[in-house]
Amino acid sequence: MTVLRPVFYLALLAFIIAAPFLLPDFRTQLATLWLFIILAMTWDMTGGQMGYNSLGNILFYGAGMYIAAVVGISIVYDVGEYTNAFGGGTYKFTPTQYFIGMGLGLLLAGVLSAAIAWIMGYLLFQFRGPYFAIGTLGAAIAAGELVSNWEWVGGGQGIALPVYPGDFDVGKLFFYYLFAVMGVILFIFLRWFYTTRFAAAINAIRDDEEKAEAMGIHTLRYKLTTWAIAAFFVGIAGGISGYQLIHFEPLETAFQTINLGIFMVVCVLLGGKGTLWGPIIGAILFHVVKEVTWNYLLGWQWVALGALIVVTVVYFQDGLMGWLASKKPEWFGERVITKPDVAGEPAE
Amino acid sequence: MKIIEVKDVSKSYGGVKANTDISIDVEKGGITGLIGPNGSGKTTLFNSIVGYHPIDKGSIKFEGAEISKMPVQDIARLGLLRTFQQTRIYGDMNCVENMLISLPHRKMTLREAFTTNTREDHERAEHLLDFVGLHEKRFLRSGSLSFGQQKLLEFAMALMNEPTVLLLDEPTAGINPTLINGLIDRLKRANSEFGITLFIIEHNMRVIMNMADRIYCLAHGELLAAGTPAEIQNDQRVVDAYLGAH
Repeated sequence: MTVLRPVFYLALLAFIIAAPFLLPDFRTQLATLWLFIILAMTWDMTGGQMGYNSLGNILFYGAGMYIAAVVGISIVYDVGEYTNAFGGGTYKFTPTQYFIGMGLGLLLAGVLSAAIAWIMGYLLFQFRGPYFAIGTLGAAIAAGELVSNWEWVGGGQGIALPVYPGDFDVGKLFFYYLFAVMGVILFIFLRWFYTTRFAAAINAIRDDEEKAEAMGIHTLRYKLTTWAIAAFFVGIAGGISGYQLIHFEPLETAFQTINLGIFMVVCVLLGGKGTLWGPIIGAILFHVVKEVTWNYLLGWQWVALGALIVVTVVYFQDGLMGWLASKKPEWFGERVITKPDVAGEPAE
Repeated sequence: MKIIEVKDVSKSYGGVKANTDISIDVEKGGITGLIGPNGSGKTTLFNSIVGYHPIDKGSIKFEGAEISKMPVQDIARLGLLRTFQQTRIYGDMNCVENMLISLPHRKMTLREAFTTNTREDHERAEHLLDFVGLHEKRFLRSGSLSFGQQKLLEFAMALMNEPTVLLLDEPTAGINPTLINGLIDRLKRANSEFGITLFIIEHNMRVIMNMADRIYCLAHGELLAAGTPAEIQNDQRVVDAYLGAH
């Protein structure tokens, strides 16, 4: 197993690099798949590992999208004028301006989204269980409404960003690899993150927060840090999405609470909460099901999606990985020592 | 030296006076016992000390500083730790993971928290699991252990946390009588070897008389008697309280 692991990862990496050439017709789809993977993995940090089910992570996606766009525009033009003209012809970006603006924008999208999570967390982490879920959902909806009334960033019309300076197909590849690199970095980060003492502490918060408090764990600080890290990645992903989509508007694209905001949760539920691979597998499964139903069951796609969620919640509450772990516990490190307990069995 | 000073503490739930004007001192480095019939207010007093609920009046000091208005986490971070009467462990994790979670996070900076557990941490976890006799079961899901074993695990977790004072709420309840002697020995060793001050609620008279340097007895929410085990054993009021004459 230990010998096979590097081989497995190398093969996977090769596939990730080759995928857009193996499936040239699905380049945008593959990029969207990476987006789902990133959102699912970050959602699982709080939802699966810390026990705080946020329905408002889409807020950071929207915030990141807007921040990256505004920063990218502002290094060349006045944002208010630009958005008023709605991408009219007089606004040109050289490739250098485009890439510097985007790079700076993505960085700030991550950092500011993390800051927003940190500040909002002070309020929202007062709530637990379903109240936290509702609170975060409310925050995301409110953010969308606020931005759609903010004329400086284009109000309800949103923002039209410059198109990728270069060949259309190269642009598709560019965004695929941007998402892929980010997804791989996130995976490597989480693979290490879940081995730290910090991650053990947020697992403790998930399993028994009162006990964690009684053991002296800085629960609020850990919760804020976790959500801020998740928001950092979500913010960048949102920023990339904005540049990929070119035009986006606040309610249907950026702060899309009922679509992407829920999809990321469904991905994790399908794959299995609180595992490293669960969100990834869930995102792939979900994306495939979604595309198939959208293509072949048009008109019934939401029904099919709803049915999938119901089946998962009723029969596979722990997702695919959780189901596997209960069938094959030895694959997940549970060892049963059959030697009799020297201390003896305490009386019940 | 007094490490915990409880002075004139009262606590009532609605009309029920759970604690009335209780004053208790816990000596640093010693083993102090708290006994009393069911419903006499022992657990209420524990909860007051560790900050689970606000007290109505009185003062609680830890190492000379007032803690009666502090929240649970802040008190725990001072090194004042408690175990629960109904054990609380992380049931979905195995014993070793339970131990590693119990590392003293209060002594860690955020940067130190972002490191993986060292070999010493693992060794200490295994050593303490061995200490309480759970070494064989260390990779089992802790939720699958029996109640008594879970109590032992919770005790080991508390030791892992390197507390200054450990408040134990009925450590021997639900434990096999043949195991109790071993547990008494381990509690004594935790006190003498690790230097942890113990404050123990206990129903089992044999256990507490064997261990404690000083015992307080509560009845009906009031302090009934205090003294050495010998004094308590010969106190007619204590005997009456347990036999229901009070």
